[in-house]
Order: sequence, then C-alpha cells, then structure tokens
Amino acid sequence: MATIITRDARPNVVGVPSRPNVIEVRDLTRRFGTFTAVDGISFDVREGEVFAFLGPNGAGKSTTINMLCTLARPTAGHVTIAGFDVAARPKAVRRHIGLVFQEPTLDDQLTAQENLRFHAVLYRIPSEEVDERIARVLDLVDLSDRRYDLVLEFSGGMARRLEIARALMHVPRVLFLDEPTLGLDPQTRALMWEDVLRLREEANVTVFLTTHYMDEAEYADRIAIIDHGAIVAIDTPEALKATIGADTVDLQTTDDAAAAAALGRNGYRVEAGADGVRVFVEHGETAVAPLIAAVGVPVLHVHVHQPTLDDVFLHYTGREIRESHGEAMSSRVRAFTHARRH
Amino acid sequence: MSSAALPSTIADGPDTVLRDEVRTTGMVWLRELIRFERTRTRILSGFIQPVLFLLVLGWGMSGLVGTTAGFDFKKFMFPGIMAMSVVTTAIFSGMSIVWDREFGFLREMLVAPTSRASLALGKTAGGATVAAAQGTIMLLLAPLIGVHLTALLVIEIIGLELLMAIALTAFGVFVATRIQKMEGFQVVMQLLLFPMIFLSGALFPLNGLPGWLGVLTHINPLTYAVAPLRQVVFAAQNMPAAARQRFPASVELFGHTLSIGTEIAIVVVFAGIFIALAIRGFSRTE
Repeated sequence: MATIITRDARPNVVGVPSRPNVIEVRDLTRRFGTFTAVDGISFDVREGEVFAFLGPNGAGKSTTINMLCTLARPTAGHVTIAGFDVAARPKAVRRHIGLVFQEPTLDDQLTAQENLRFHAVLYRIPSEEVDERIARVLDLVDLSDRRYDLVLEFSGGMARRLEIARALMHVPRVLFLDEPTLGLDPQTRALMWEDVLRLREEANVTVFLTTHYMDEAEYADRIAIIDHGAIVAIDTPEALKATIGADTVDLQTTDDAAAAAALGRNGYRVEAGADGVRVFVEHGETAVAPLIAAVGVPVLHVHVHQPTLDDVFLHYTGREIRESHGEAMSSRVRAFTHARRH
Repeated sequence: MSSAALPSTIADGPDTVLRDEVRTTGMVWLRELIRFERTRTRILSGFIQPVLFLLVLGWGMSGLVGTTAGFDFKKFMFPGIMAMSVVTTAIFSGMSIVWDREFGFLREMLVAPTSRASLALGKTAGGATVAAAQGTIMLLLAPLIGVHLTALLVIEIIGLELLMAIALTAFGVFVATRIQKMEGFQVVMQLLLFPMIFLSGALFPLNGLPGWLGVLTHINPLTYAVAPLRQVVFAAQNMPAAARQRFPASVELFGHTLSIGTEIAIVVVFAGIFIALAIRGFSRTE
C-alpha cells in the first residue's frame, strides 16, 4: 500500500504533556437491555491529536461515538468534550464538535454553498463571517470551484469532503468522523486522508475517527483497539506494533539448512521452516543486504514482513478484523501472520 | 492553499438565544422555498392534478347539475379546487420530513445545537408558503371558469390559503414524525388526504350527505377552511339569490350557519393544535 504522508512530516503530538485533554472519558458504559455494547471504557484525547477507534463491526465504535457526540445517553460514566459534560450541556458540546456520519447528510437539491449556509445558521455563525468561512472550508477540502454546484452532481468522495468542510464551518474543537472512508474507492480514500491530516495542521482541530480499516488507522497518532465493547489496547501505531515483536525476513535459498546454520553462526535468530528460513531482525528492510552477505548460499527469494496493525489486532483479540476489502492484506501476508502465531 | 487560521472557536453562550432561533426558522423556511422553486415538475403536477378534477368533475357535473341563474357547478368547485391544491401541497411539504430522513438531511438538522421548535416552525412556515403559492397559481384558471377576480379577493384568497396551509403543513409534519418509513407516506396519503378532501365540501356541497357522513365532515378541519375561501370568492361574484340558495358556502353546525369569522377561528384553533403536535413530534424524533 502506498504511503500517503510520510511519518516524518507529522508533528510529534504524542508525548507532549503540555497539550490539554479535549476529550475525557471515564467508565463509559452503554447497555441495551442485557446486552452491554460499551463496557466501562476510559481514555483521554489530547488537543491536536488524530485519534482512531479501531474495531470490527459491532465492537461498540458507533455506540461510543454517539455517546461522545450527545446523540446517545450513556447508561453510566462521564464524558467531557472541550470542558463540557455531554449529559449536562449537550448543546454546548454540539457547538464545539463537528460531525461527519457514515451516511450522507447533505441536501442534494441544494448547492454546496447553500448547504454550508444552512449549517452556518444552525450553528450561530455571525452573518458577516459566513461568506469568508465558506470560502475557507471549501479551500481546505479543495472544492472551491464547486461552490455553486448542486450536491446532486457530486461524486461520493466529493460529497464526503463537503461534509467535512461543513463540519469545520463552526470551528469545532473536535471533528468526529464515523467511518469517513466507508464506501469510497481506494484513491478517494487516500485523498480523504490527505485532507484529514492537513486539517489537523491548518484548522487546528482534534480528530476522533472510527474505522475498521487497519491500513487507515496507521495514520492516526494514537489508536484504541475496541472489541466487545472494551478497549483492549491503546497506544501509538508504532508502540502497538512493537508489542507484538520484531520484523521478519523470510529467505528461500538453494540450501535452506546451510543458510540457517550460516546465519545462526553470525548471531541471527533463525527459524527454519518447510519453505524457507525465517530470520528475526530489528529492522527488516536494512537487514536484507547484510543477511544475503552472511547467508553463504544463493538466495532465490526474499520477503520482508513488518508487523501491521492486522497483526496487532489479531494479537489482542485472537481474531482477524473482518475486512470488507481485500487490498490491505495480501493472502501471503495473512499466511505468515498465521505462521507467526503458531 | 491559504494558511490563514480560522477565527477562534465561538465563545460559550446560553443554549438558546431567541434571535438565533428566529434565524434558524428563517433558514429552514428558505430551504423549502429553494427546493420548491427548483422542482418545476412538482409545481406542474401540483397544478395539473386539480385541473383534471376541475375538468372531469366540474364540466362533467355541470351538465348534470345545470346552471342556476347563470351560476354553474364549475364556479362552485373553483374555490374547492384551490383548497385541494393547497392541502395536497401542504401535507406533502410537511411530510417531506420523511424524505429528509431517508436522504439523511434530517440528521444534520437534529444534531444542530438549536431548538427543535425552531426547526418544526421553519418547516411548517416553509411548507405553508409553498402550498399557498401552489394554490395561488390556480387563480390562472379563474378567467376560464368565469370567476371574477378583484385585488381585494386575491389578497383574501392568499390569506385564507396561508392559514389553511399552516394548519395542514403542521399536520403533515406531525404525521411525518410518527412514521419512519417511506411506505407509511403512501398509506397516509391514501387514508387521510383523500377522505379529508372529499369530506370537506371542496368538491360538492355537503348538505345532501347522510347523518354519519355529516359527523365526519364536521370533525374534518378542512371543512372549516374550505368554507371561508368559497365565501370570499362568492362574495366577489355577482351572484343571484337563487344561486346562493342552490350552492351554499357556509358550514351548518347544530342547525346554525357559522359566520366566516367563526370558521376562521376554528381553523386557527386547529392550526394551533397541529403546530403544538408538530413541535412535540419533532422534539421527540431521534
């Protein structure tokens, strides 16, 4: 999968303790009858973070986001958003958050500008500021040239970007995106992520999103993995991946036994398998050249595997996330993931 | 890509500010107007349906009923046809919330930090304006029917149409908040709208109906809305006494002929009740 934005380009938000929490969740619980959809979760999101809620369908993601957005009442627990308690001050919370739902919520018989104007009034934006803000948010999502077009003529990706623009109209402290890339083609999804990461820079907004796409969660500063209504892990993507171990390099050679022996003598941690040699290394990509030099026999095939969030998810839940698309995880990687666990 | 920062977050304020609520109502109203103006086919079909009724029933029945002192059935029907146009459009507009729900826009409105009452009132005002406009278009047919129009009459008609439209749009909003699915919409149209129109005196005089149907006509809000419209139209015509006898315009209740003022007051009360129900329904919508 192509990297859209390099990690180096991102500010080091995580681990900056001076940033205040913009979301605080304590023992949040939601029951439907005897079914517990969200089971006493607690976490904080700091100002300026891109925070991803990752989990399979039915894990409790949407229930949680709905409670955070004041759209559902918690059975127990507390949530504050931008300093306002969601139960006590729902309207104040709504003025400070932007919402983009899974399903479109635009009026397609209105133009982009008319949709934004409508929103401006609902969110009490002073009349004299409305035009300027419309220009600004359309610019942010690259839709300035479609300002006077009917939403009816927009593609799915454009409509979703317009929804994000609209959610930014009232300068929210937190932007909630519930499965923002659902139903979009891979290219549009990539563009969408460019937008989201740029917004954090330019609109200075904290982003809270849910997704069940592993490859997307990697763009977040921090990830909470949610399963059966509980948070099973919460950390940076790098730290989560680190918890499940090193990179591996799989080699197929003309003589695997000799290769394993040679590498072992050179201090590598090696595992010989039926179809090759697996070497555990600190950093897979830079290890390839010295490995090939040390192996002593001709190498036929090399495969480098770095732990992915798929592995992380599997590690914490014992299950693979149910993928509705195939490109994120090749069957080859999947096979190795299984091999790793056994 | 410009990098100027957006203005800082809106300061915390009270949850409800009257000026902002009025602005919200105005915006919801404006949206209805924009959508109406943009759906020309809807305007056209909203015009053609009553015209068909007027042609088929009006001309057809005119032969049967005959003319009384130069006054025929088409002229009797004309105010009723206008009312029919207003009512159909009003209920349709109020119930367009079902569409808003289906296409997601309702959610944009419901999650906003605004009062539900402002939204319900805006929807009612917008739908009512559109319905009154649709009804007023029917005036184009007046010369064809031989109905004489004066400036005062046009103003009276628009006023009465607005009142009728407000009551029925609010009713439509209320019903829409009670149904979750598109299918429910058809049921309501069939089971509520058409009986309401048929039992309102819009299409034929109510004085010949059997007792039990008479009861239905008297609990039908539309009956009290159609009568004033017919009265103002008749008042502007040069109508002989025999014709007035033949084609009564007022509502008879418990042996009394209601005055136009009483009829309008009854419609105002109905409108108030329906608006209250619409606001309540909207406030409870998830």
